[in-house]
Amino acid sequence: MSQTYADYRLSQLDQLEAESIHIFREVASEFEKPVLMFSGGKDSIVMLRLAEKAFYPAKIPFPVLQVDTGYDFPEVLSCRDSWVDRLGVRLIVASVEQAIADGIVVDDGKTSRNRLQIGTLLHAIEENGFTAAFGGGRRDEEKARAKERVYSHRDEFGQWDPKMQRPELWSLYNGRLHEGEHMRIFPISNWTELDIWDYIGREGIEIPSIYFSHQRSVFERDGMLLSQSEYNPLREGETAAERTVRFRTVGDLTLTGCVESTASTIDEIIEEVAVARVTERGATRGDDRFSEAAMEDRKKEGYF
Amino acid sequence: MTTQTGMDLLRFATAGSVDDGKSTLIGRLLMDSKSIFEDQLEAVEATSQSKGYDYTDLALLTDGLRSEREQGITIDVAYRYFATPNRKFIIADTPGHVQYTRNMVTGASTADLGLVLVDARQGLTEQSRRHAVILSLLRVPHLVLAVNKMDLVDFSEEVFERIYAEFTQFATKLNVPDLQVIPISALQGDNVVNRSEKMPWYSGPTLMYHLEHVHVASDRDMVDVRFPVQYVIRPKSDDFHDYRGYGGQVAGGILKPGDEVVVLPSGMTTRISGIDLFDREIPEAFPPMSVTVHLEDDVDVSRGDMIARVKNAPTPSQDIDAMVCWMTNQPLRPRQKLAIKHTTRTGRALVKDIQYRLDVNTLHRDQESQELNLNEIGRVQLRTTVPLLCDPYSKNRTTGSFILIDEATGITVGAGMING
Repeated sequence: MSQTYADYRLSQLDQLEAESIHIFREVASEFEKPVLMFSGGKDSIVMLRLAEKAFYPAKIPFPVLQVDTGYDFPEVLSCRDSWVDRLGVRLIVASVEQAIADGIVVDDGKTSRNRLQIGTLLHAIEENGFTAAFGGGRRDEEKARAKERVYSHRDEFGQWDPKMQRPELWSLYNGRLHEGEHMRIFPISNWTELDIWDYIGREGIEIPSIYFSHQRSVFERDGMLLSQSEYNPLREGETAAERTVRFRTVGDLTLTGCVESTASTIDEIIEEVAVARVTERGATRGDDRFSEAAMEDRKKEGYF
Repeated sequence: MTTQTGMDLLRFATAGSVDDGKSTLIGRLLMDSKSIFEDQLEAVEATSQSKGYDYTDLALLTDGLRSEREQGITIDVAYRYFATPNRKFIIADTPGHVQYTRNMVTGASTADLGLVLVDARQGLTEQSRRHAVILSLLRVPHLVLAVNKMDLVDFSEEVFERIYAEFTQFATKLNVPDLQVIPISALQGDNVVNRSEKMPWYSGPTLMYHLEHVHVASDRDMVDVRFPVQYVIRPKSDDFHDYRGYGGQVAGGILKPGDEVVVLPSGMTTRISGIDLFDREIPEAFPPMSVTVHLEDDVDVSRGDMIARVKNAPTPSQDIDAMVCWMTNQPLRPRQKLAIKHTTRTGRALVKDIQYRLDVNTLHRDQESQELNLNEIGRVQLRTTVPLLCDPYSKNRTTGSFILIDEATGITVGAGMING
């Protein structure tokens, strides 16, 4: 008997997809007002693809929320618009600039836009009454994330308490909330960076062009290659030069570094990622470098 | 190019405390499969140095929370990932101490394989026995006993054989369908990835070889069709005007169009008219696929219902007999009322009786106990407000499991495995 049934096996990518679709459907069933947090990066695009599959041929039954730092890459915004158009989903943009203007967050000139996103995001969640917010966090990204649940509880202040996490067993998720609380949902928790690329390649889906090798005027700061732009004025001693680069993550362009690369196809990117010796966040994210617990601290406050 | 399309997946759980070398072993598996990145290693080296250690403490890689690093102990389940050319691995790395039993239960709940470590110098300890008991209660189908620190007993066959015999003797009391015992030295790498030259008497697989080749696809129930309806898909658009599909993840058996099926709890019978995976019709669906099922008749089906075969369906029941692991400070007592979640069904449950508390170290059944405390496991009778469409946990880990939720706090307080 067992020999016959041995043929019934799912590849690991199919297993991950099945698990994520299960999570999307579970949340859509049990939460009153879910929302998908969309950064425009590859992880949130994979989330959109999985949500599309979970409810097809119906439309995705929740809106998409993007926190606009004002420093977003134009290539990312145009990719976002193309996805939103194709899927016919409602897009809500929460603007950091607007939040500053409205006094919701305070721009003291020292705090990064990345950090100001937290207040902007929490305000948008509260204002819209969202009870569940899907995020593209993966457990392989960072060690605080490695311990986070798929359903990650947030109190009335939007805070994460790592010591009070609910046990999460089998595929039985507990979505109970009190008034004013919400749940962060991480449907791609078990995916690795390589899985994401394999899936993008397999599905043939559109991602922002900055993930592929291109010419860009860049300069070095804190060991990272940053994009030259009006938001990113050169400091003394810094000089910009044209290089062949691509981005491994996308975020606030004042903080997101690129890497020198000639990878111009998904296959070439996969090849590059497979032999990479530095994590994507370590290589290209200024926001994670401040301390050993940088991510844990931001998550406690309500970060993605 | 590296393609993962043909790769399969193994989820395994490890448990251990500071001294038995678990972190060293995981560190080695990650290092030897090139899954530790330079920036991660540098951070760990820097922290080790600043703490004045004269070695690189690989436990710092997995102890992700500030409180864990401060106390130097693993508190919570950490998930770790690595891959070899044929398989991807998800490690649920759990703490070993008795006060973290609930975390180990959590890690074991989704594992295909459990890895128990013993120190060759000490042999079986209360802790290693407890780990084996928990893995067996959670019906983790494959068990590996890694006898570690063989370098500290001169790679002695005799020591290994003694531990092997003692463990097999103990394992007869447990449900262990597949056991592999491997002598290793995590520190020196013997029999972890590379075969040890110092233990020519051992002819079995290395740990990595075993992890890569252990056969897990047939562990799932491919016979008894179980499809908990999760979400009803009704597009209400012009293109799909009459479309009605039932979304869910196959929990057991193989579903095919044309199959005669019964919808529970209503008992209505109909046939499967089609199965979709996204925009494609597929000829069959099996666990753990997430699909959309169409039925021939327009029967009333909603979330919480289950599709099964007419002659092979679970009996709906409101009286549940289960092993429960209790996960919160307030003890579980008879007459208590809790929320229960089983597959896609939610209801309430009343604790009718606690039959016994199981001593997870000795397997002794304490029938005097009238309550279950944090981290304790016992046999409990429940009465539920809605009938559960369940199977014995030994037959199906999806339809045989449930969680208990405190209705006031919303916290998950118990995990149950249905007896039968």
